[in-house]
Amino acid sequence: MNYFPDEVLEHVFDFLTSHRDRNAVSLVCSLWYRVERFSRQRVFIGNCYAISPEKLITRFPGLKSLTLKGKPHFADFNLVPYDWGGYVQPWIEALAKSRIGLEELRLKRMVVSDDSLELLSRSFANFKTLVLVSCEGFTTDGLAAIAANCRFLRELDLQENEIDDHSGHWLSCFPDSCTSLTSLNFACLKGEINLASLERLVARSPNLRSLRLNRAVPLETLQKILMRAPLLVDLGTGSYVHDPDSETYNKLKTTILKCKSIRNLSGFLEVAPRCLPAIFPICLNLTSLNLSYAAGIHGSELIKLIRHCAKLQRLWILDCIGDKGLEVVASTCNELQELRVFPSDPFGVGHDAVTENGLVAISIGCPKLHSLLYFCQQMTNAALITVARNCPNFIRFRLCILDPTRPDPVTMKPLDDGFGAIVQSCKLLRRLSLSGLLTDQVFLYIGMYAEQLEMLSVAFAGDSDKGMLYVLNGCKKLRKLEIRDCPFGNMALLSDVGKYETMRSLWMSSCEVTLWGCKTLAKVMPRLNVEIINEHDQMEICAEDGQRVEKMYLYRTLVGPRKDAPEFVWNL
Amino acid sequence: MEIGSEKEKMGFEETELRLGLPGNGGSTEGEVARKRGFSETEATTMDLKLKLSSKDAGMDLNEKAKTLKKEKNLLTADTAKHHAKAQVVGWPPVRSFRKNMLAVQKGSSEESDNKASGNIAAFVKVSMDGAPYLRKVDLKTYQSYKELSVALGKMFSSFTIVPNNLIWFFNIETGNCGSQGMKDFMNESKLMDVLNSSDYVPTYEDKVGDWMLVGDVPWEMFVDSCNRLRIMKGKEAIGLAPRAMEKCMRNRS
Repeated sequence: MNYFPDEVLEHVFDFLTSHRDRNAVSLVCSLWYRVERFSRQRVFIGNCYAISPEKLITRFPGLKSLTLKGKPHFADFNLVPYDWGGYVQPWIEALAKSRIGLEELRLKRMVVSDDSLELLSRSFANFKTLVLVSCEGFTTDGLAAIAANCRFLRELDLQENEIDDHSGHWLSCFPDSCTSLTSLNFACLKGEINLASLERLVARSPNLRSLRLNRAVPLETLQKILMRAPLLVDLGTGSYVHDPDSETYNKLKTTILKCKSIRNLSGFLEVAPRCLPAIFPICLNLTSLNLSYAAGIHGSELIKLIRHCAKLQRLWILDCIGDKGLEVVASTCNELQELRVFPSDPFGVGHDAVTENGLVAISIGCPKLHSLLYFCQQMTNAALITVARNCPNFIRFRLCILDPTRPDPVTMKPLDDGFGAIVQSCKLLRRLSLSGLLTDQVFLYIGMYAEQLEMLSVAFAGDSDKGMLYVLNGCKKLRKLEIRDCPFGNMALLSDVGKYETMRSLWMSSCEVTLWGCKTLAKVMPRLNVEIINEHDQMEICAEDGQRVEKMYLYRTLVGPRKDAPEFVWNL
Repeated sequence: MEIGSEKEKMGFEETELRLGLPGNGGSTEGEVARKRGFSETEATTMDLKLKLSSKDAGMDLNEKAKTLKKEKNLLTADTAKHHAKAQVVGWPPVRSFRKNMLAVQKGSSEESDNKASGNIAAFVKVSMDGAPYLRKVDLKTYQSYKELSVALGKMFSSFTIVPNNLIWFFNIETGNCGSQGMKDFMNESKLMDVLNSSDYVPTYEDKVGDWMLVGDVPWEMFVDSCNRLRIMKGKEAIGLAPRAMEKCMRNRS
């Protein structure tokens, strides 16, 4: 291959779409490194503090598409204070100053300001795609800037962001000349929307294939929009409430019959169940259904809806579906690949919740299942062993028992053997979340069998340092480890310090690790940032080495301690 | 003493492995403690325990029971939301965005539940076999089966096929639970007679599409699940009440 001209190499590399493949290619030799870096257009940065924007720009001058992740995963669950970091501003500034022709930006768990969005919208003439997931710090004013200035915008996708809603006028900021939209998702916005602007926007977007509305869009508008966009593939309804005997509803029924391309359905943030029959005709062809925010559909209406969806591959649902409902899913949706069952009552003990029976039924009826997120009342070893046998193809297995240290209710034993069966049977498992009563034994199983495991989430588990050691020693491909409320301490932390440079990050909170342990690690490993998050005054006054550290987050980095850390974050 | 008996009543949750303080009743929510425990919940339960023992001295039995009840209430899941300290931060691991959305939806649905007649009326079509046209009724305007039957009687009285045949239905005192009504059926074995005659029987289509006999379930449940009403001839209704039929048969023999 070394005798080919660069252009040929480049052409061959074009066929490599995954980041990992391209990363691997760049390590072969300096020639390949050079060819690869100049032809690379898409870059994924899993931790925005692992590298600097300047280094990124230097290495990949042809960059067009950038994905950045900021805060650690446990920030989703309020374990990370508000202004910990993860700001996108320095990235946009650096990119704007350079000659990079950025076209796509995808951010997850980052802090985005209106100024950042304004700068972004003005700096890149060909900007096409903005995807923001679980971000915060901006308002609809920032969206207005994007709408007004990005002349060739194709995708604006806002997923579960905390956005300050100043007004619905941002939609009107799309100029009349903007006709390039293919995807628009504003379901997470809480405020009102200019409905007329929305209708006009849809009318002049012939390539629109994905549209997810927020709660403020009523059924009348949905009907009018669908008239204009019968080629939609992905639809998220807003408010789905009307009188089923009204003319509007009847019009909707007719209009929907023309929308033969819809494969993804979501929304129903408000719903009148008696209006659901209108969507039955599209249910037959659905491959993805997200009812995880549709608290208004339950019981027999929910089951009736599901019975129409025989081709589902992805289903997100609330646990009010119950075990019986999951049995219906199991018998109806034999092509199911991904299932997420969320708690409908995250603050209390769910009386409607699902149990191990629902999961077993699913495993029998849906042998293609490879991704699971399951919030449940209880789980048994027997059920997990059965599931492991029925579904050996799991890539992601995340189990969350609402009471985090609950044992097997039948045998009163820990769930070690159940999870052990999962890791032993599912040889392709890449992501695992544990819960329930668990001893060191489960970690022994994980270390022994979970050879492909990349991400492990642990809470309230284990008896001693051995647990963590089994995992660090055994899981060669481990990239992210997050632990809370486990009795793992300095011995486990310091046993194999080199391991952390092979991983993206380690989170430990409410464990037995002390300040001394963290300091020692930081001293020995200069290419790790070891951050301590201190929310209590005690630490400031008398930071004794022997004191337990409440929250520690460490990650590998090429750029040393970050300069934007707030006061309560100590970089050791 | 009270503490012990409270514990026995608690049921399954009490047998869970836990390293929390003994003698505390209440839910699993605030109680679970690993080797290190949750500093917040330990503080709460300790406080309650101390309060209880200091009050013990001068309290009579009634007051003790009240305090225990209060303690139990404080730790039960229902009020857990109002006492953030008894919860574990970040558990269950649900994104705040999702938690907030569900809380908002819950709030608005509770509001509408509290309104007397509900936000949306429950209009259903009513058909009667042999009648030339259908009618519509708003189920939310009635409070019981009796009220409904009177209204239906009035509605269809203009036809010569008379609702007198529905008298058995009018006579049912279902009250809070349908079983009372069924008892009347079985005792008088009226159901058999009705089903074998040309009398009329009120039936309804529920949300799943099944045709059911009116009167079995509590009124509110009926209103929520009824999609349409059909007053059908007795003979055609035989298939709808197989269990009741079985019981009638057994009673007769």
